[in-house]
Amino acid sequence: MPANAFNAYTDYGIGIGLRVPHYNHILSEKPTVDWFEIISENFMCDGGRPLKVLDQILEQYRVVQHGVSVYFGSAEPLNREHLKRLKRLVKRTKTPWLSDHLCWGSVDGRYTHDLLPMPYTMAAAKVTAMKIRQARDFLEVPIAVENVSSYAEFHVSEMTEWEFLSEVVERADCGILLDVNNIYVSSQNHNFNPFDYIDNVPAERVAQFHIAGHTHYQKYILDTHDHPVIDPVWKLYERALRRTGPTATLLEWDARIPSFEEVHHEALKARRFLENVQARKIAA
Amino acid sequence: MSKPGRSPPKRQSRREYLQLQRVMAGAVMRPLGRGEKMQSRWSDGQPMKKFAAGFIKPNDRLTSFERLEIYNRQYWFRLLDCFYDDYPGLRAVLGDRRFGRLAEAYLTQHPSSSFSLRNLGQYLLKFLEARPQLVEPHSQVGLDMARLEWAQIEAFDNEAKPPLTTDSLLEVDPARTRLQLQPHLTLLKLSYPVDDFLVQIKRAQRLRDEASNAMEAHTAHARRRLKGRLKPARVFLAVHRHKDTVYYKRLDEGAFCVLSAFRKNATISEACQQLGAVKSDPADLGGKIKSWFQSWASLGWLCRLDGK
Repeated sequence: MPANAFNAYTDYGIGIGLRVPHYNHILSEKPTVDWFEIISENFMCDGGRPLKVLDQILEQYRVVQHGVSVYFGSAEPLNREHLKRLKRLVKRTKTPWLSDHLCWGSVDGRYTHDLLPMPYTMAAAKVTAMKIRQARDFLEVPIAVENVSSYAEFHVSEMTEWEFLSEVVERADCGILLDVNNIYVSSQNHNFNPFDYIDNVPAERVAQFHIAGHTHYQKYILDTHDHPVIDPVWKLYERALRRTGPTATLLEWDARIPSFEEVHHEALKARRFLENVQARKIAA
Repeated sequence: MSKPGRSPPKRQSRREYLQLQRVMAGAVMRPLGRGEKMQSRWSDGQPMKKFAAGFIKPNDRLTSFERLEIYNRQYWFRLLDCFYDDYPGLRAVLGDRRFGRLAEAYLTQHPSSSFSLRNLGQYLLKFLEARPQLVEPHSQVGLDMARLEWAQIEAFDNEAKPPLTTDSLLEVDPARTRLQLQPHLTLLKLSYPVDDFLVQIKRAQRLRDEASNAMEAHTAHARRRLKGRLKPARVFLAVHRHKDTVYYKRLDEGAFCVLSAFRKNATISEACQQLGAVKSDPADLGGKIKSWFQSWASLGWLCRLDGK
């Protein structure tokens, strides 16, 4: 049963990111995986092996698209050519929802290929919400926006990050991809309590979770997706799940990628939390 | 509630929001300074610390400069990594240090203008042609290698149109029919056998990946040895994709001329007339042309008939 309009896939279970080093294993061994998340941009090409592999995956698995370069938070208009390519892919994958980041990364036609932080201002929230609405109308698929890890804050910010996220999603009337690892990383980098974030996002709009590992440096934490999930992040995930109910969850592992089995094993640790929250829901 | 006598903070306008992004992007994309650190001065000469403090908040561990520097360094590390991966051959020709300088100069002149890092090198050839000093004294080898490595990127994921069969070619009027080549196919006329060189470089790279860093010195030595063996030789090459794998196929000069003519929208007859300029045995020519077309059709290179 869907929890609400934005969380219609409570039974999606636990997915992992589809990554090149695992292609052969997945195609030959056909492991049981609830769903795969693909990085949309990796498949927005015109031909070749990427699309062939994707078609083979689509024959057997559920696939959800996750993007890194729509840049809803850019002050400039949406790139129509980009959206047209994205829509072709949406039609191919039949993704039930599409996610991208609450960030910006390009200006004046130049791309940084990064997920740059936004100033938490009303002007930024309005522009971002308008662009999410435009993208959803064009792509004809529900959209969820993901909170990013950040390493800098702006003097001009007028509100907290979670207030900004709430402002954007309420104005856009869209879902949230809540990345609990990103909340942890940003909380350490910006000295806030991550549970305040979890407790204040509109839980009814959370369509999906991301969990991941990160790297500690001397003075900050970098979101590297190259380690297992640490206990404090699992605790945040547990707290968030209590608020949202069962929700599709995905483990990200993008660098120094270990074997498929290791990544999948790490992802399935989320099952315990999902089952607990499911049991609590039934008991209630 | 604001304190008495103190005006509320000024709200950011959309115009100011765009301006903030321009300022930050400019800082993030600016070349790194010594020791892969952010440059100490902004483009107008003011201290970078002062410039960064103008829009980035410090925290209890990092200054505004240091927080901005994280993004500046990540930008360059990401793009340089991608460039290194896309151009192992050019890197072998120039050596790591010169290649690094070339990469920084190119990416400063041509920052990414695509959502995909796949297109990062799309202007490299023109950039090098305008600045041969960046690849001297290996200018021709460097240019050949840059052509080959870009062709390889195009072959990997460009479109494949429905191919023509040999039978369908038999039914057409050669004087009126124009053939189109697959978008993933690139024809290259090279002055050095850089295709062989690149294959050997990749083999050495694979060995290194399978072994350990102890191989690093060995492969650098092997690279120099391979480069020393690279002698000028005219090579006609097709870089293409077949069954999802990228191949380099050496061509006869005649075959290269005919295929190049198709790229220029020639009819089959006009393309074959190009063979007049190529030295070959006329008695053998008919058989050769037939076998070329059979081979091209079997590889799926010919993909559209016009003017039938």
